[in-house]
Amino acid sequence: MKMTATQKILAAHCGKESVAAGDMIMADLDLVLANDITAPVAINEYRKAGCDNIFDCERVALVMDHFTPNKDIKAAEQCKMVREFAAEKDIPNFFDTGEVGVEHALLPERGMVTAGDLIIGADSHTCTYGALGAFSTGVGSTDMAVGMAYGKAWLRVPSAISFVLHGKPSKWVSGKDVILHIIGKIGVDGALYKSMEFSGDGVKNLSVDDRLCICNMAIEAGAKNGIFPVDEQTIDFLTVVGAKEPKAYYADEDDVYDDVMDIDLSQIKPCVAFPHLPENVKTFDEFGDIKIDQVVIGSCTNGRLSDFVQAAEILKGKKVAKGVRVLIIPATPKIYLDAMKLGLLEIFINAGCTVSAPTCGPCLGGHMGILAKGERCVATTNRNFVGRMGDPGSEVYLASPAVAAASALAGKIASPESMV
Amino acid sequence: MILKGTAIKYGDNVDTDVIIPARYLNTSDPKELAAHCMEDIDKDFAKKIKPGDIIVADNNFGCGSSREHAPIAIKYSGISCVVAKSFARIFYRNAINTGLPIIETDAVIENGDELEIDLSAGKITNLTKGVTDTFPPFPEFLQGIIDAGGLMNAMKTMP
Repeated sequence: MKMTATQKILAAHCGKESVAAGDMIMADLDLVLANDITAPVAINEYRKAGCDNIFDCERVALVMDHFTPNKDIKAAEQCKMVREFAAEKDIPNFFDTGEVGVEHALLPERGMVTAGDLIIGADSHTCTYGALGAFSTGVGSTDMAVGMAYGKAWLRVPSAISFVLHGKPSKWVSGKDVILHIIGKIGVDGALYKSMEFSGDGVKNLSVDDRLCICNMAIEAGAKNGIFPVDEQTIDFLTVVGAKEPKAYYADEDDVYDDVMDIDLSQIKPCVAFPHLPENVKTFDEFGDIKIDQVVIGSCTNGRLSDFVQAAEILKGKKVAKGVRVLIIPATPKIYLDAMKLGLLEIFINAGCTVSAPTCGPCLGGHMGILAKGERCVATTNRNFVGRMGDPGSEVYLASPAVAAASALAGKIASPESMV
Repeated sequence: MILKGTAIKYGDNVDTDVIIPARYLNTSDPKELAAHCMEDIDKDFAKKIKPGDIIVADNNFGCGSSREHAPIAIKYSGISCVVAKSFARIFYRNAINTGLPIIETDAVIENGDELEIDLSAGKITNLTKGVTDTFPPFPEFLQGIIDAGGLMNAMKTMP
């Protein structure tokens, strides 16, 4: 039977020759993941059910990244509980301050993900790893508890939409603009329950960082997962980080998709998702002056080295607009160090930005950059829901690092072209 | 099981950040979560809920984060069931795994309508409008999880 790339990975993980959309399967897991918000609920469920066993201590990752460095006493208690659990169960992949990074930047960087893997994480942006040819999807804490204990998860096999990418994006267009463009077209439930499978001659013109960003936001279109084909760039990345032997799966050629969308990357322009949904996407010719109070460059979506290289190119030798608070959040300690070695942090600090420790922090309104009522932020994060970054009366505009940097200089939402 | 309650109606894309804002996720205490359920779009929600009331929404209910705190907050606020045209996928599985009844239906329901839902028969009756609609049963596999009272229990008997 003909299958999508996703279906092939699922079939390989439930001992079947083939699976079809709608099948319910119990899949074997290569890695299960939770963070300081979702792990405590998972541990409670695990204990309540009387579980004792961990299916494979090496294949559980606990990443204390959301409300860390501990934002308050309750957050500290939650981390403490997870820390004690990791110690009790001898879970080596427990990441805490000093080693911790934003989970979906950290795990690929540490070689914990490879092509062909099946990964679940109690975090909706777990879909990020599809960029490396894995099936990965976000689940809840009870799924995480079951994953830790049994190494299994139930999944309904998804159908898929194919996105065929052509051409080369222009200078200031990044993976963020590509995924916002797509979500703007199909909507926040445009891929509900489905896979988003990317292919085409344009794939080679997107860096691994671009692909990680694109798959990261598959969930913002309602998708179960996003996945890129494995190519030379993927293999190079996996080799450098020392990941396991990759296993590449490609979709069968015809008739496996619910829908096929052709996307010309050369036609995509820098864009911004307006409050309060990621589908409210506009290009710069569609809006006027929008003054801003804050800029955040970071997160599992855009907190990688290439994101900061782009932002620094715009901010170098300049000053951010008076009254705009600009937060730079390298997603992992390695990214932080690399940015330091390249002189990027100096550029940011000289421009008037604040550089923060790796954390999810402001993205979900946790800490390190909360908005007051009526304030506006341009963020390279992934969600702009009501109250996402603070007061329910504040506003988040989603954009690329280049747009965020240009906006920081202008004090209003600005295109990169207009500021260089 | 028969559920009976008053409809509390919302629109499309009710996201997990409004169901339970992240600023309250420094706890996993169900009662504390329930106290802040829906407060960013409906600040009196926790006060006005009567046990058994039913949340009714349009498309993509529960979109956004994977936080299981969302179905937990809803369940412990006294809501007996969530009825929507469609659910975001993580919310859907979290509801099944934690035992919060959910129904997908296009039935026309307005705020304040009195509803009666027969989960096993797949019937939803709008007592105010006098209309009964049917909804398809869950796949057998998921019904098994629901019948077991959630995924943790179901796993104990799975091969």
